[in-house]
Amino acid sequence: MSIVQGIGYLVIGFLAAAIIGMFAHWFDRKITARVQWRVGPPFFQPVYDLVKLLAKEVIVPEGASRFLFLSAPLFGLAAVSVVSALLIRTVIFPQQTFLGDLIVVIYLLTIPSQAVILGAFASANPLASLGGSREMKLILSYELPFVLAILVPVIKAGETIKLGVILQHQATEGAVIASISGVIAFVISLICMQAKLAKVPFDVPEAETEIMGGAYIEYSGAALGLFKLTQWMMMFVVPFFLMMLFIGAVNWRQSWLNIVWAALIYIGILLFITLVRNTNPRLRIDQIMKFFWAKITPIAIVAVILAFLGL
Amino acid sequence: MSLKIKALTKSIWVFHLAASPCNNCDIEILDLLTPRYDVERFGIQLVGSVRHADAILVTGSMNRKARQRLKRVIAQAAKPCFVIAIGNCSCSMEMFANSYNQMECLDNVSEVHAYIAGCPPKPEAMIQGVVALIQAQLAALKK
Repeated sequence: MSIVQGIGYLVIGFLAAAIIGMFAHWFDRKITARVQWRVGPPFFQPVYDLVKLLAKEVIVPEGASRFLFLSAPLFGLAAVSVVSALLIRTVIFPQQTFLGDLIVVIYLLTIPSQAVILGAFASANPLASLGGSREMKLILSYELPFVLAILVPVIKAGETIKLGVILQHQATEGAVIASISGVIAFVISLICMQAKLAKVPFDVPEAETEIMGGAYIEYSGAALGLFKLTQWMMMFVVPFFLMMLFIGAVNWRQSWLNIVWAALIYIGILLFITLVRNTNPRLRIDQIMKFFWAKITPIAIVAVILAFLGL
Repeated sequence: MSLKIKALTKSIWVFHLAASPCNNCDIEILDLLTPRYDVERFGIQLVGSVRHADAILVTGSMNRKARQRLKRVIAQAAKPCFVIAIGNCSCSMEMFANSYNQMECLDNVSEVHAYIAGCPPKPEAMIQGVVALIQAQLAALKK
């Protein structure tokens, strides 16, 4: 693959994730408003928010590490764009993926969270560092069950760590979710996704009502806008990644109807995220750790064992 | 009208700055977000940090201690940011004008872009005030 092609994929990945992510953000806010019996924001609200933020003044607080503070949002955005490009390329050419791209995706998906931590600590604000440390504990909590849940499709597809092979396997042998271990792993990964996206009940890092936006408290203008954009893009990338792993619903080669089907599933997952977010209170960080380590991880291990047994 | 300015008027994030109020105006501000008025229709959102704010809603008559902090908080906002005085207290100090712990009116401390009178002002009055502010800013830009 030449450099030009690579840049092309990156641009396509970035644009697709940005546009779909903005839609996801609007959908989230609109459904929240409807749940609360309100009207909700107009369709182009995320665009207005982003353009406004990009045009505003960027303030670097006194005592902050200037380079880290300003570059942290870029790290997150870059990582999420690369993931999006990788996933979209895998869907278009499942044969051409490289060995271990699944692991690359898992690693890259944690970089936005790490960017939040870096930015929070660089901003020299006590509330922001509180948010940063909470984000760190949140990663420690959900990452183990998330990886265990991802092991299930890996085992099902014949112990491969190539995303393209997992996709092709599901196209011929049926979706991973059509088995007991697949269902358990999918539910677990949905819960981990809620934590990855830092949505209620796992929104401790930014907890608006207690630590005032937490990690983002000192961010303003374009830097804040990039962080917001990264969050919105994650709302496309993570559900899409799970759909590829568990449902394999993006087999556009079989029929064009599969794209409609995939879009419907994606909207269903978004609806799930939003409804969970609207019907649950925020958990404390120790409750989250207990929940993930004592409850979710054992279930994930059971799912992996079931997958080994072929169930 | 450029996209930048259109985006600014369509997405106003407000920061609620309570400078020793009696809480009446604050309750009316929160009323704006409830289903009856729902200002999120216009992209208006309440934010927790003043760095994210496009408009600062000041309530209360501002005593000695609140005055210093109010100055600092307003200086911390990212430009362009507008200051809106909500309620008679922050507009004119009302009956606290001669009180021992009050120093001066809000518009001596910071530039105020809109005054919304009332004790407390109705949510409709606040919406009208914000609309008037937007129109005044747009008219100033056209000149």
